[in-house]
Amino acid sequence: MIKELICIVCPKGCHLKVDTHNEYKVSGNQCQRGIDYGVVELTNPTRVVTSTIRIKGGIHKRVPVKTNGAIPKTLNFECMKIINSLEVEAPVKVGQIISKNILGTNIDLVITRDM
Amino acid sequence: MKYDIVVIGGGPAGLAAAIEAHKTGVKNVLVIERDKELGGILQQCIHNGFGLHEFKEELTGPEYAQRFIEQLKEMGIDYKLDTMVLNMTKDKKIQTINSVDGFMEIEAKAIVLAMGCRERTRGAISIPGDRPAGIFTAGAAQRFINMEGYMVGKKVLILGSGDIGLIMARRMTLEGAEVKAVVELLPYSGGLTRNIVQCLDDYEIPLLLSHTIIDIKGKERVEEVTIAQVDERRKPIKGTERTFDVDTLLLSVGLIPENELTLKADIDLDQRTAGPIVNESMETSVSGIFACGNVVHVHDLVDFVSAESRRAGKNAAKLVLNQLNTEEEYLRIKAESGVRYTVPQKVRVGNVDRFLEVFFRVQDVYRDANLVIKSGNEKLLSIKKPHLAPGEMEKINIPLSMLEKAQDTEIRICIEKEGEVI
Repeated sequence: MIKELICIVCPKGCHLKVDTHNEYKVSGNQCQRGIDYGVVELTNPTRVVTSTIRIKGGIHKRVPVKTNGAIPKTLNFECMKIINSLEVEAPVKVGQIISKNILGTNIDLVITRDM
Repeated sequence: MKYDIVVIGGGPAGLAAAIEAHKTGVKNVLVIERDKELGGILQQCIHNGFGLHEFKEELTGPEYAQRFIEQLKEMGIDYKLDTMVLNMTKDKKIQTINSVDGFMEIEAKAIVLAMGCRERTRGAISIPGDRPAGIFTAGAAQRFINMEGYMVGKKVLILGSGDIGLIMARRMTLEGAEVKAVVELLPYSGGLTRNIVQCLDDYEIPLLLSHTIIDIKGKERVEEVTIAQVDERRKPIKGTERTFDVDTLLLSVGLIPENELTLKADIDLDQRTAGPIVNESMETSVSGIFACGNVVHVHDLVDFVSAESRRAGKNAAKLVLNQLNTEEEYLRIKAESGVRYTVPQKVRVGNVDRFLEVFFRVQDVYRDANLVIKSGNEKLLSIKKPHLAPGEMEKINIPLSMLEKAQDTEIRICIEKEGEVI
């Protein structure tokens, strides 16, 4: 069965066709990452989660964070629950790990700017 | 106070321009920023997708900004925060104000305009109905949520399917709000396709194309928003009305380049972009005043802003160092048949290095078309373009050799399908 999806790896948004009955063969991609995306998206879709956490003593009330890699899409809201329970104190640095191995994904939650 | 180059705006455009001016050999540079920190709009764009071209990495807005801010600081380039530019004259005198230095007059040999853009408001598009609280432009809501720490609402409707509207649909959903729908006037979305997937499809938020808002009800806070489908003339169709029970309405209905200062110096604007007309060096109609980034035309990718702004900074520096060819006649770049505008709008071929980077947008969605560059009766270049859309700015590098072949003092850029113009 040919599934059609739009690649979201880069802003090009290539229209992919993935043959789920033929080893998930991908066509319509303009780079290798598109092939990887096509397969992953139909077998175990993942997303990078970006949000903010509370910060004390910073120039703003919130400091932005991200998962340092894509986690299974189904864990997005669980991840948000963890993010919303966290708080830091300034100063913090870009890349600082705020929560290691989030939800057993081997991916860390990191701060995305100095504050 | 005197500086060789003053950059107005410390966002991605201003930062890239200042750094490049410094690298080109002009060290006496000042960046003036009205906010309390550098980084511009990137500081509130906490989502990722930035830097794929520039750094070959996928960064969030703040991460992208920090790379440039660190470089600027390392180079020792002067900057002033919380400082508003009140006035700018043709002879490059700037008047500014802040609460530390007070009122200041600064003279510059060259200026780079990098003020970015502002959001179109409810009043500007005359949405009818009550005027309760709870109606925000999407960018204002983004700032409130991501930096000030306010949750702006719980039951949301979003008007406009441009990137800001789509990104906020996701943001609000992740923070626990219920986004009932994204409503779009046109029959297609103005945002990047990847955002439709990541922000709407992922959360099953409906995208209602060819619809608009016809009424808002609410005493002190928004209570109901009514939409209707529109016909080809964008007029509401009777009988298609739908009412949503919401407490918040976000408006993502367009960005407008911030050219108040530009007009004060009598600089010519391009009606199609709402930004200054610029040449190959990103110089405006006033000699020595350059411009780059969203103030010239609204961009989709910050990577393109950085590339464009480096050109502005480099050439502002070259002008100060007397290395810019200012004598030559202009070759006009004409946007035709399907191409809405190009930046730059004119070229002095003598200032082009190996190729000229031209940004442009198309009028409509085109599939399997060709981008064609002509001069006189000759077709100079034809490139296959499987997918072109108004919401996706395109770039083309025109080789110097091709520019030198141009006749009639103009080259024309247009869209063709199967050999015929659109």
